Amino acid sequence: MQFIRPTTWSEALQAKADHPEAWPVAGGTDVLVELNFDRRRPEAVLDLSSVGELRPWTREDDHVRLGAGTTYTDVLRDLPDLLPGLTVASRGVGSPQIRNRGTVAGNLGSASPAGDAHPPLLASGAEVEVASVRGPRRIAIDDFYLGVKRNALEPDELIAAIRVPVAPGPQQYAKIGTRNAMVIAVCSFAVALDPVRRRVGTGIGSAAPTPRRAVEAEGFLTERLDGRGLWEGTGPLDEETLTRFGALVAAAAQPIDDVRGTAAYRRHALSVLARRTLTWCWDDLRARREAA
Amino acid sequence: MRVTLTVNGARREADGVWEGESLLYVLRERLALPGAKNACEQGECGSCSVYLDGTLVCACLVLAGQAEGRDVVTVEGLRSDGEALSPVQEAFLEAGAVQCGFCTPGLVVAVDDLLRRIPTPSDAQIREALAGNLCRCTGYEKILDAVRLASTRGPGALPAEPEAGL
Ligand SMILES: Cc1cc2nc3c(=O)[nH]c(=O)nc-3n(C[C@H](O)[C@H](O)[C@H](O)COP(=O)(O)OP(=O)(O)OC[C@H]3O[C@@H](n4cnc5c(N)ncnc54)[C@H](O)[C@@H]3O)c2cc1C
Ligand code: FES
Ligand code: FES
Repeated sequence: MQFIRPTTWSEALQAKADHPEAWPVAGGTDVLVELNFDRRRPEAVLDLSSVGELRPWTREDDHVRLGAGTTYTDVLRDLPDLLPGLTVASRGVGSPQIRNRGTVAGNLGSASPAGDAHPPLLASGAEVEVASVRGPRRIAIDDFYLGVKRNALEPDELIAAIRVPVAPGPQQYAKIGTRNAMVIAVCSFAVALDPVRRRVGTGIGSAAPTPRRAVEAEGFLTERLDGRGLWEGTGPLDEETLTRFGALVAAAAQPIDDVRGTAAYRRHALSVLARRTLTWCWDDLRARREAA
Repeated sequence: MRVTLTVNGARREADGVWEGESLLYVLRERLALPGAKNACEQGECGSCSVYLDGTLVCACLVLAGQAEGRDVVTVEGLRSDGEALSPVQEAFLEAGAVQCGFCTPGLVVAVDDLLRRIPTPSDAQIREALAGNLCRCTGYEKILDAVRLASTRGPGALPAEPEAGL
């Protein structure tokens, strides 16, 4: 095995071009488990943890650009106001030790359907900035997940950053598991409200081969809020709207039975999470309007 | 390959390190520092907790090569010169928070980290901070007692070194 340790981004891209088989390692919280248990023996590992350019996050107009080295702990410390959905999701990842090392980009690299970063990134319409020696490109988050643990990266490409729109309104995330910490989600759901452009975003985790949006649920709710003039009001959402939204979210999933839960349970739980998180967001929006 | 790093304030070298080897293996098997324990090798139990450049991590999830040139503090390095035990270790003993002791080194480092960040944590904060450290013996109550006890002794009780070394 070869250990490749670039210290600049251009060196990293060159190394990936020269060794497309090299396995990138950032925080190592997924990679080391595979190595320790001998599940994978790559010809080379490409350590990204010394590439200075990957570390910081920056604000660019109405986006936050999360460098690929940004950890969950970084998000929790710095971004609760700008990226509330991703912050809630980050808080539930693993333990302090895991959050201190694990990166959001590593979650995308692994592309597990259960990864906690995916639903909020889907709900807020993030973009993945990838690069190779051939140049950079941006991939809409919807197009990034191709299958179970498969993503849209080419063999010579690396994730440079994730671009997430600054939250224009309330965002929430909830996950089902046996404990409050250290659990792989049985299923999870993120919702984001954009009262400025009057849009609703969603993301479903751990209930389909890939993380995915609940597109019909988004369309239904957007139309309902527009049609009834609810964006401007300060009233609560009615039961029928919440129930219908929950049912459409459950219908968008394509869950399986596995050790963590049955497909039927996942569908049911998703409809509950959808109603609950939407209610939290809506109450938050009402409170903001009343305060304004 | 050769890995050179600082461990508990001293420059250390390890030769013949396999490229896929963990920092935990290097500490225990090559540098004769058995404080950090090896139990799960998958980040679940926290018994291998150490500081890497001042950040609490599971040593089993760090590649040895990633620690090249970096600063590692293990449970062996927590006490100040002239002290038999660190204040957190004292509190664990006094509170009876140690039974078989296998989880203790990882917990001591994790509690040290918690009290540096939050000198007087609430019970909820203690539980959240220690969520990644498993103990099969104590039932955790005495561990919580130990954290509360250590926190009453104030942040000044903790040696400044692990932070100063960053
Ligand atoms: C005990 C434990 C608990 C966990 N709990 C959770 C949890 O609650 N929720 C959750 O979602 N995950 C959890 N995980 C999984 C893991 O922590 C996350 O997936 C994390 O985001 C991975 O980030 P990393 O930086 O450690 O990735 P690494 O392990 O370094 O890499 C992961 C993958 O991404 C690739 N990669 C990394 N960076 C790049 C890049 N810049 N460009 C291209 N590819 C890249 C790697 O090649 C690899 O395939 C847990 C893991 C452990 C060990
Ligand atoms: S041995 Fe590292 S967390 Fe269990
Ligand atoms: S004292 Fe035995 S595992 Fe904690």
